[in-house]
Amino acid sequence: MDKIDKIRENLNKLFSSQNLAVLSTHQDGQPYASLVAFVATEDLKHIFFVTPKTTRKFDNLSTDSRVAMLINSSQNQAADFHQALAVTAIGSAEEITGDEKEKYLQFYLARHPYLQDFARSPTCALVRVRARSYYLVKNFQNVMELHISE
Amino acid sequence: MSWMIPVAKVNDNDRKRVGGKGFALASMFRQGFTIPDTLCVTSDLYNEYVTRTGLRERILLELHRKDFKEMRWEEIWDCATRIRNMFLRISIPSETEESFREAIESQFSGKSVVVRSSAPDEDTGTSSFAGLHESYLNIRGTDAILEHILKVWASLWSDAALLYRQELGLDVEESSMAVVIQEIVIGDRSGVAFSENPNDSSQGVIESVYGLNQGLVDGAVEPDRWIVDRMKRKIISHTPAKREYWMIPFENGLQLSPLPDTMSKQPPISTKEAQTVFELVMKAEDFFKNPQDVEWTYKENALFVLQSRPITTLSSQKSEDSRGWYLSLHRSFENLKDLRKKIEGELIPGMIDAANRLVEIDLTGLSDHDLAQEIKNRRKINQKWVNIYWEEFIPFAHGARLFGQFYNDAMRPEDPYEFVDLLTHTEMASLGRNQMLENLADIIRNDQKLKKQLKTHDYVNIDQNFTRKIEKFIEKFGDLTCSVTGGTHCDQEAEPLFNILLEMADHPRIAMSNRKSNTSDELQERFLNCFEANQKIQAAEMLDLARTSYQLRDDDNIYLGKIESHLLAAMREAQQRVEALKDKADVESPTKVLINALSDLDQRSQEINPFEKKPGQTFEIKPRQLIGQPAGPGVSKGKARVIKDHSDLSSFKHGEVLICDAVDPNMTFVVPLASGVVERRGGMLIHGAIIAREYGLPCVTGIPDATALIQTGDDVTVDGYLGIVTVGSVDI
Repeated sequence: MDKIDKIRENLNKLFSSQNLAVLSTHQDGQPYASLVAFVATEDLKHIFFVTPKTTRKFDNLSTDSRVAMLINSSQNQAADFHQALAVTAIGSAEEITGDEKEKYLQFYLARHPYLQDFARSPTCALVRVRARSYYLVKNFQNVMELHISE
Repeated sequence: MSWMIPVAKVNDNDRKRVGGKGFALASMFRQGFTIPDTLCVTSDLYNEYVTRTGLRERILLELHRKDFKEMRWEEIWDCATRIRNMFLRISIPSETEESFREAIESQFSGKSVVVRSSAPDEDTGTSSFAGLHESYLNIRGTDAILEHILKVWASLWSDAALLYRQELGLDVEESSMAVVIQEIVIGDRSGVAFSENPNDSSQGVIESVYGLNQGLVDGAVEPDRWIVDRMKRKIISHTPAKREYWMIPFENGLQLSPLPDTMSKQPPISTKEAQTVFELVMKAEDFFKNPQDVEWTYKENALFVLQSRPITTLSSQKSEDSRGWYLSLHRSFENLKDLRKKIEGELIPGMIDAANRLVEIDLTGLSDHDLAQEIKNRRKINQKWVNIYWEEFIPFAHGARLFGQFYNDAMRPEDPYEFVDLLTHTEMASLGRNQMLENLADIIRNDQKLKKQLKTHDYVNIDQNFTRKIEKFIEKFGDLTCSVTGGTHCDQEAEPLFNILLEMADHPRIAMSNRKSNTSDELQERFLNCFEANQKIQAAEMLDLARTSYQLRDDDNIYLGKIESHLLAAMREAQQRVEALKDKADVESPTKVLINALSDLDQRSQEINPFEKKPGQTFEIKPRQLIGQPAGPGVSKGKARVIKDHSDLSSFKHGEVLICDAVDPNMTFVVPLASGVVERRGGMLIHGAIIAREYGLPCVTGIPDATALIQTGDDVTVDGYLGIVTVGSVDI
């Protein structure tokens, strides 16, 4: 396998092994971090999560759609320093409504079936992040970037 | 959990805790073999130590800086050195230490001991770690014993042990180390015995020397040899040795001494004693149920077993071979001293002589036929010296490493590379060349007319004095744009040299005080004061050898470069003659022999960027932070200048960061212009690192794909403290 495929495989493996991501939004320049249950598409173009529309994060991304997400495999052990992978994704978020919502919701719930009631509530939004770039950190300090073409 | 188990109390479940060697000794003790007084220090203690001190994760962080498979041996040696220094600097936590200090004192007070490694995964019958982990002989006193336990632990992470574990696919994270402390039996005759000859399964082998076994094991003393018929248990043959030396205890260690005449006349053991040794090793084989390799010693006619381990099976012979190779990377002090004599007395003068003889040949006066012959001849001479370079010069570089370990053992410095400060400021050929360049740049700095002439390529009107100096420089050091690494590009004009000189002249002269401050005198005194009497002399000798080793890594390349430049000059002459006749229809001219002579030129393969965007690919991969080895402290920012071909050097601009595959001394003339150095090849003692240290520049080595991932003109930041190169500005 060449090095490019290896990087993509690392990302896909990490995304399928983790349930939670840290989502970063901001309000008037004040950063805000929160946890979300996510799922990413295999082509790495999109990341989905759900959130009640009354939350601070939803409010923030309605004002400014630019977000960052952190997904990592650390286990709160010393060994994390040499073992864990961490990926920062940046991109823009949008709520999915209308006809296509059901399709993506099913995709999301296949990964997080226990969130069935929560995600289908009329007050809950399905959010899609169009990822622009990924920053992959491994071996403690090695950083590679993956940029998605338009 | 107990930190130690007396050998009589080791039971069948303790194998992992006391390691292969300890377990074998305990088993033999129970069977009634005579063994020296022995105490097993368990791997529990090792685990407690690395956990309590945080060393476990520090070691793993060190080993996972980058993928192990992408590390060169030099980098692995660097890792091992840093790890070893951690063990030397961190003692066993006092509350843990108290509980077993007493036991060591009561058992070994006033006695000399051997502190041996006993790794749980060693000597299992399928792998042999013989020689990879350390054992220390003739150690006295509890403090010294504790110190050597730490050194044995550190040897779990030696370069050779790391490579061997990797090859066997053993998990480094599971590695631990038990230790065996044995009262030293000062045997008057010692040896090793194989119950089965690895080359002939019907035979056994016994080897014996006077004095201690160490001389035989490390190859310093030649043994007498007996071959035994396994079935009949009878001696078939005896091959006597020269019997010149023996290894005996001396002060706090061992000494190789001339053997007294009376002893050298007769074999160390009688035929009857050889028979007894063979009976012993067969008894060990019967007990362990596989062929054994036993170390034994006779003390006042009593036969002791020092250790017994399985002879590695045929299926593992392949790895046995590489273990030998890993071990061969380390040369002994004696071996290096001999090598130095050969290099200084024979090889370097030989190289200079070879280069000088080539200068005398006027290439333009040769017929096409003779020129073709001359190219062949020069290629042969060049190849001969390239081979010598690999076989003799590269191993000699180990002198600096040997000294490093010696220095760190004595000084336990915070920076495991402090010893390099004692090696720098030696007269290196490339520094002399750079000095000459600076002088030429000075002339341009002070002569505006000359500067203008050079800038406008008005070479015809240049002052003859200056031209002569340039010619002299080229004569002495060759054309700077010629490569020594097999490249075929070589500009004939002095223009590239002028470009570099103009660039230098546009900026202030690099003052010598900008180079690393000279603290080495004070350091040398502190180092030598660690020793007394004889040891001080040995330490000084070792430093002297290391300095030569360090300096030669530079000089040998310069001389090799000269020889190659003569080959390239002959090829250039041939190319010109071929070019001149190119448009003429007559291909049957004598020039054909030249075309043939040039046809097998080495074509450098084009480097491929493993992350390059392929057609149709919907994403792009870029480097951001690349991790290598911190090889020269400091931090700097600049535009990257990626050197893919030697001719790229002539475009080098002041303040740029030099990015290359490997800095060879023939390209270090741009280093004074650079703001940092980044090299694909890894290591702290490689040329790029050496020269960067000389000029006090931040340097990172060992970045895989550095020249493919980084492009000329990229903004790069070189962090020589952490070994990190950041590509691009901070905008995302």
